[in-house]
Amino acid sequence: MKIKSPRDFWAGLMFIAFGLFFLLVAQFNYQMGSAVRMGPGYFPSVLGAILAVLGGIVLFNSFLIAGTPVPKFHFRPVIFVLISGLAFAYLLKPLGLVLATIALVFISAYGGHEFRWKEVAILSAVLVIFSVVVFVKGLTLPFPICPSFVEICPIR
Amino acid sequence: MEAMFTNLGIGFTEVFKLQAVTIAGVSMTLPFNILMCLIGVILGTLIGVLPGIGPVATIAMLLPVTFNLSPIAALIMLAGIYYGAQYGGSTSAILVNLPGESSSVVTCLDGYQMARRGRAGPALATAAIGSFFAGCVATLVVAMFAPPLAEVALKFGPAEYFSLMVLGLVSSVVLASGSLVKAIGMVILGLLLGLAGTDVNSGVLRFSFGLAEMADGIGFFTVAMGMFGIAEIISNLEQKEHREVFTDKVSHLWPTADDFRRIFGPILRGTIFGCCLGILPGGGALLSSFGAYTIEKKISRNSREFGKGAIEGVAAPESANNAGAQTSFIPLLTLGIPSNAVMALMIGAMMIQGIAPGPQVMTERPQLFWGMIASMWVGNLMLVLLNLPMIGVWIKLLTVPYRILYPSILVFMSVGVFSISNQPFDCFLMALFGLFGYVCVKLECEPAPLILGFILGPLMEENLRRAMLLSRGDPFVFISPSKPISLGFLIASALLLIVIALPALRKKRDEAFAGEEHG
Repeated sequence: MKIKSPRDFWAGLMFIAFGLFFLLVAQFNYQMGSAVRMGPGYFPSVLGAILAVLGGIVLFNSFLIAGTPVPKFHFRPVIFVLISGLAFAYLLKPLGLVLATIALVFISAYGGHEFRWKEVAILSAVLVIFSVVVFVKGLTLPFPICPSFVEICPIR
Repeated sequence: MEAMFTNLGIGFTEVFKLQAVTIAGVSMTLPFNILMCLIGVILGTLIGVLPGIGPVATIAMLLPVTFNLSPIAALIMLAGIYYGAQYGGSTSAILVNLPGESSSVVTCLDGYQMARRGRAGPALATAAIGSFFAGCVATLVVAMFAPPLAEVALKFGPAEYFSLMVLGLVSSVVLASGSLVKAIGMVILGLLLGLAGTDVNSGVLRFSFGLAEMADGIGFFTVAMGMFGIAEIISNLEQKEHREVFTDKVSHLWPTADDFRRIFGPILRGTIFGCCLGILPGGGALLSSFGAYTIEKKISRNSREFGKGAIEGVAAPESANNAGAQTSFIPLLTLGIPSNAVMALMIGAMMIQGIAPGPQVMTERPQLFWGMIASMWVGNLMLVLLNLPMIGVWIKLLTVPYRILYPSILVFMSVGVFSISNQPFDCFLMALFGLFGYVCVKLECEPAPLILGFILGPLMEENLRRAMLLSRGDPFVFISPSKPISLGFLIASALLLIVIALPALRKKRDEAFAGEEHG
């Protein structure tokens, strides 16, 4: 047996894993009920089973029908883009909008092809001003602007 | 017919209504709805022009802007963003050969060739004229077909709704490129993900991993922004950017008399084609533009010119995609069923505003319903009036490098997702779905069917439960002759699946999607 379509092989495995996960979680934790009075476990169990079967079909076909290889994963953009979003989210409340935005811009820009200090600094300054003016002042989103340890915020 | 014009009258009054508003502490009287429409179309065009960010991510990203608005203003603005993005997409397709969003893919073929021959101006003008004409017709079509359809839909019981959703999901699968089985898998995965959170019938927390943040389930916009926005950015960062912008070649905009003669037919046919496809669940802009181009290529006298800068090849798909974009509001407004990922977002927006989408919207909130329809026409007019003179601004925008754009987009998306519940957890989920979306791109699994399944998951379960309860557990209720509508929907779904699985048609479909990818 040789894998002819690696993309389908992995996609099939992914569907089987998700299907079994939902099926098992539903089976062990939620009541099935009956067809007349469906419990919370009924619909997810049925769907999970269907998904696992579909995954099986995709997996089976990957040994028969030729396909394309999985393209290369580029870890640099993945890591930096994801971390920049997380940094923003978890820094926003303790450090305020200004510093969180700066963190997001610098980290995400580092995931690109070229990183120019000056350009990124200007960009973050522009985006900081924009977010404060539009999101906090204009749209009145309840974000802190300054870090929580600063007692008097210079930007109001 | 008369009722239609009375209703449109209600709509236009609503759109142009003067409202007392307080902006930054200053109260004033403004035609607020029309202002929101204007802002919507400008924002939509702006982001539609930028390559690498599609309408789904755009609407999801700009959603927090509408949180503090009234429902009608919010929906008018979001609709404006949608067709503004359609419009902006054609500009970058013509000038840079990069589709701003997927329904402009075919416009690249001839539009870019026209630009290379120094005819970028007429190409842009043709796209504008075609879109406007299609927009006018589509508005009338929506106004004509929505009320009778809503009346039929009011008679739907849970069985009919369930079958209708099956049909909608099946057609979305048929239209996804790539493997049919994988697309169905994505739909089911979407349905399952949509079930997470508190079960309305039993109050049981499902798939919450013991997290309090998951009590309300996974936020729809979180998934959409992760799968479309974040995943798109990561994939775009893989390639080095290369753009060739025809900045100085856009001089005389107006097409010649000969051009007008050549585009008249294609615009008309494209509009009709787009209107028909838009109404179908699963239809919409992408398929309309592609189909219209294929038809013109077949029947045009200048078919040999296609692909080398035929003006018909710009006129037909641009009219069709605008017509399709607008008529895809029909299933949304009358049935409460989204026909594509953007409409799924609109449903999400309606729910946030406290409106349950469905046939009752038209009778219970006529101002909202007709106001939205009237705003479509007004928005289209604005697009023509604004965009042709502003073409210079859009061209400038195209020269902004991606390394500046994507951090800005990320700021918008993060602020948007964070503001939904003011918790970092949603951003964490967005990152997770971004990673998952990137994996899906690599494995050729389409995200659009997942999004549709996601929004329909809880609705489907609810209707299935009710239908089974009413029939006392008889699973044949969906196909019994006493429910002809439900039976019809299911037969249509089955036929669609069989037809698309036939080898001959399969090949055609694969060719069509391959052509689109290399276009």
